[in-house]
Amino acid sequence: MSTLSESFLTAGGLVLAADPQLLGIVTLSLQVSLTAVFFASCVGLPIGAAVAVGRFPGRKPLTVILNGLMGLPPVVIGLLVYLLLSRAGPLGSFGLLFTPTAMVIAQVVLITPIVAALSRQIVADAWRDYEEQLRSLGASTPRAAFTLLVDTRFSLSTAVLAGLGRAVAEVGAVMIVGGNIDGVTRVMTTSIALETSKGDLPLALALGFILIAIVLLLNALAHAVREWAVRRHG
Amino acid sequence: MADALLTLDALRYDAGDRTLIRDVSLRIEAGRRTLILGPNGAGKSVLMRLMHGLIEPSAGRILWNGGSGRPAQAMVFQRPVMLRRSVLDNVVYALDLAGVPSAERRARALDVLERVGLTALADRPARVLSGGEQQRAALARAWALRPRVLFLDEPTASLDPGAAAEVERLIRVIADEGCSIVMVTHHLGQARRLADDIVFVDSGRITEHTPVADFFTAPRSAEAGNYLRGELAWA
Repeated sequence: MSTLSESFLTAGGLVLAADPQLLGIVTLSLQVSLTAVFFASCVGLPIGAAVAVGRFPGRKPLTVILNGLMGLPPVVIGLLVYLLLSRAGPLGSFGLLFTPTAMVIAQVVLITPIVAALSRQIVADAWRDYEEQLRSLGASTPRAAFTLLVDTRFSLSTAVLAGLGRAVAEVGAVMIVGGNIDGVTRVMTTSIALETSKGDLPLALALGFILIAIVLLLNALAHAVREWAVRRHG
Repeated sequence: MADALLTLDALRYDAGDRTLIRDVSLRIEAGRRTLILGPNGAGKSVLMRLMHGLIEPSAGRILWNGGSGRPAQAMVFQRPVMLRRSVLDNVVYALDLAGVPSAERRARALDVLERVGLTALADRPARVLSGGEQQRAALARAWALRPRVLFLDEPTASLDPGAAAEVERLIRVIADEGCSIVMVTHHLGQARRLADDIVFVDSGRITEHTPVADFFTAPRSAEAGNYLRGELAWA
């Protein structure tokens, strides 16, 4: 119990003091994960819509694979991206290993399937209602997919948020490809892991509380925006 | 004999191992208001979707103007599917898909919205409109395409009497502009008011295709006779 209460106080102290080191870590966490979510959405949303609307052979197996990939283990992705980016790897010459860029790449790989699989489900549900009308109007399949992405935008925010939640909370991938270098690639989750192994449980837990608070805040914000938008646009 | 607007020739449609439409042949002349009647599950909606090209027949042929090309056409569904954008943009979207030059779309959309009485709601999000307003918007969207044939699948089934009357009035105006109407309904009064001809469908077959006056006084098929007696008992 004392660890818990102590860590609450520590967390409060860190936040109130606007500790520059903490600020740096939080900023990098959000920078990396938001960038990853942006790229994952650019790729995942069109893939999800295409699989939902398209009629091509192998659509069903693809759906199953997409859903399965949602559960990719972060450490394994980290390891694979590590091998790609390491000096001897195929992309080694770019010198990206142990940089925030490497962390973004690993997270994009990790969450693109999540965004794609969830958006496929959302768009497929809408397609059932829209299909006859859009085909009656003469929409091509790509056009229909794009129209559905626009029309389900409020629901799709949930898919994007799920990706963000996964990205900001995972530790395995960023630890391996980032290396948890102080001031360079140290993010919230890797700090927590580090402080825990050093035995500074209150600090680790305090960082954990801040992380949870940030995730809740982002979701609350998105929820409020969505509510407002749905009320306005139906 | 001149080519009919639409000719169905020995049409069949199978869904899995069930045959929903069997050996249907039909001629629909241009400028007519044809209403399709029949019991639930008879295949009315399937037949209409075949005509409009939303589904492909398993066998048989569909000929437009004797095979000289598919005329501009549109369909209005029982539940209007409005896109999550303004009423005006819903119409503009349809015109865009139809290949209307972008400079003309807005004016054409506004014109048709005025004709269905939705000018004041043009900039409102379409999804927040009432059911009746949404169906009028759907009619406007279809009308803007300047169809030669308008298909309607029970367009008033989920509307209150006032909204239904307004939709009926608009269908009549569209027909008076020379657009052929093909419409499914369950409502005998509506069929009597709107139809030139009745097509009666039962168990995937057309049992008769009769001018409306004859249909209600002396139906030729036993199926239609039974249907009318059954329905009128409730009327």
